[in-house]
Amino acid sequence: MNTTERYLVGVFDDDEELLHAVTDVKTRGVKIEEVYTPFPIHGLDVAIGHPRTRIPIAAFMFGCLGLVCILSLISYTMYFDWPMIIGGKDFFALPDFIPVSFEGTVLFTAFGMVGTFLVTNGLWPGKEPKTFDLRSTDDKFIMTINMEDNKKTEAEIESILRNSGAIEVNVKQF
Amino acid sequence: MSHVVSPIREKLVSGGKSYHDVTQDICRQVEGAPTKEWKIAFGISCVIFTYGAYCLGYTWWQGIGVWGLNKTVGWAWDITNFVWWVGIGHAGTLISAVLLLFRQKWRTSINRSAEAMTIFAVLCAASFILAHMGRPWLFHWALPLPNTFGSLWVNFNSPLVWDVFAISTYLSVSLVFWYMGLVPDLATIRDRAQTKASKFWYGLFSLGWTGSAKTWARYEYVSLILAGISTPLVLSVHTIVSMDFATSVIPGWHTTIFPPYFVAGAIFSGFAMVQTLLLVTRVTFKLEDYITIEHIEMMNIVITVTGSIVGIAYLTEFFIAWYSGVEYESYCFVNRATGPYWWAYWMMMTCNVISPQVFWFKKVRQSILLSFVISVVVNIGMWFERFVIIVSSLHRDYLPSSWAMFSPTRYDIGDYLFSFGLFFTLFFLFAKFLPVINMFEVKAVMKGVSTKYPKKQVAHKQIEKEDTKIGEEVSES
Repeated sequence: MNTTERYLVGVFDDDEELLHAVTDVKTRGVKIEEVYTPFPIHGLDVAIGHPRTRIPIAAFMFGCLGLVCILSLISYTMYFDWPMIIGGKDFFALPDFIPVSFEGTVLFTAFGMVGTFLVTNGLWPGKEPKTFDLRSTDDKFIMTINMEDNKKTEAEIESILRNSGAIEVNVKQF
Repeated sequence: MSHVVSPIREKLVSGGKSYHDVTQDICRQVEGAPTKEWKIAFGISCVIFTYGAYCLGYTWWQGIGVWGLNKTVGWAWDITNFVWWVGIGHAGTLISAVLLLFRQKWRTSINRSAEAMTIFAVLCAASFILAHMGRPWLFHWALPLPNTFGSLWVNFNSPLVWDVFAISTYLSVSLVFWYMGLVPDLATIRDRAQTKASKFWYGLFSLGWTGSAKTWARYEYVSLILAGISTPLVLSVHTIVSMDFATSVIPGWHTTIFPPYFVAGAIFSGFAMVQTLLLVTRVTFKLEDYITIEHIEMMNIVITVTGSIVGIAYLTEFFIAWYSGVEYESYCFVNRATGPYWWAYWMMMTCNVISPQVFWFKKVRQSILLSFVISVVVNIGMWFERFVIIVSSLHRDYLPSSWAMFSPTRYDIGDYLFSFGLFFTLFFLFAKFLPVINMFEVKAVMKGVSTKYPKKQVAHKQIEKEDTKIGEEVSES
């Protein structure tokens, strides 16, 4: 690959300011690729225009899968494969199976959801992070603008970023 | 959206910290060389761990005949220690999950170490589960695995099997919860790393985290759902532990009050253990600005409330034993309070019911020394509670000719020491190599707390908004 990606990186030092800047920069016709922050800022993803996450749906599905799996296991072992009379109970003594079914549901939900989260975000052990500015995990809020997505010149975008409160504007190439 | 906090609230972080100060303060102990105090403390816990490991190894080799059990008292320190550790292991998830759902922002500076403590405590509990099996290498017989006996399956009607599922689910989900909370902070350390080794290790475990808005949006949902499922999970675990006893037909165990009573006791002892560790961490790592008197006071309030619930449960149990008219049941309780184990019973009553009542006085609640003393006393009391429930119910059974007493051997004590060694060794490793305070969550609740920020907000054309919001509490969502 000989094409290099060229980015303009706006550095902000306040979260409220950044949130205003995102709307500001967008209304002036600049396409923001992503914003990197040291902590979650409520409403930021909406302001950038990211679609709403579907992680809760995945979590629910994994929960259902867990419940089905664990109940199948219990009914296979306790009812079909080797039924035994225990304390005069039914072979399929549903109330007794609630605790384990619950635990199985929770287990599948947690692992399924976190697994989905890691896969969708492309996070894995040892992955090399695409870092625009090392301070974005400390105290700075970074707005990245991919020059390929924008028709405006770098100088124009830089002045828009500065006007909306960026304390620095850097160029980063990958 | 706003971070405006009611003026009547105490500040969650004192000292007028900026975001960068938080990073500096918390990363300092991770990046610096280990302090002398840390080395000494870690050395002591390693020695205890080694001695305990010898005792536990001997127990595994010889079998549980080396314990002081007899044919009347078949469960004693092993299950006492197990229940005690599992109970302690409840506070971490409770603090991070339940307090997250209730939007209690003071949890942010204490949840990391509380969760770590949870995981280590559950590991300690698991060591007793393995040891009490007698043949720990056959532990997989407790799992529903195909085998050459039929297959002969585990009995899903049994609370002991529920316990296997509950504890292992709890351990693994807590681990995931804790690790997911760590990832953004590990990335912070990775991005500051100076040495090759720390770049590699923190880079490996931070999973390439960058903190993009998209990731954070998903991350917040993941935390919320994990909190949502962990809340019933944490309650289910001790409920199921209590059912190990409650579904039996032993007088003193066969009581329906056990699940709520055990859960309250677990929160009680867990918070006490968090308090003990926090007070030590606060001093050794100089985190007075993050773990404030306000935090300590909040913890003490929870300890008093749950201690009182436990007290009411003790009295209810006693009343019901008499009111039920069951002779065996009433005898068991009278025997607990006045029989040969009276000292254990009154130890439990004093430590758990009476001692936390001193927290009704604000001066005591805010005293660091007294908070530390009471938190240790509470955990001694909670150990005796489990001892009373288990040993005093068993030692005088239906046949007076088989009445017996339990006296611990060197290996009972050594195996208990093992769990302490394991717990503190892991905790000290955690405190050295991982950030003990959740940096990103603290940063997120700092606005309106730090003196610098409101001024800055006002400077940026926020004056009109600011004026309308002062005095009212605006939730973060």
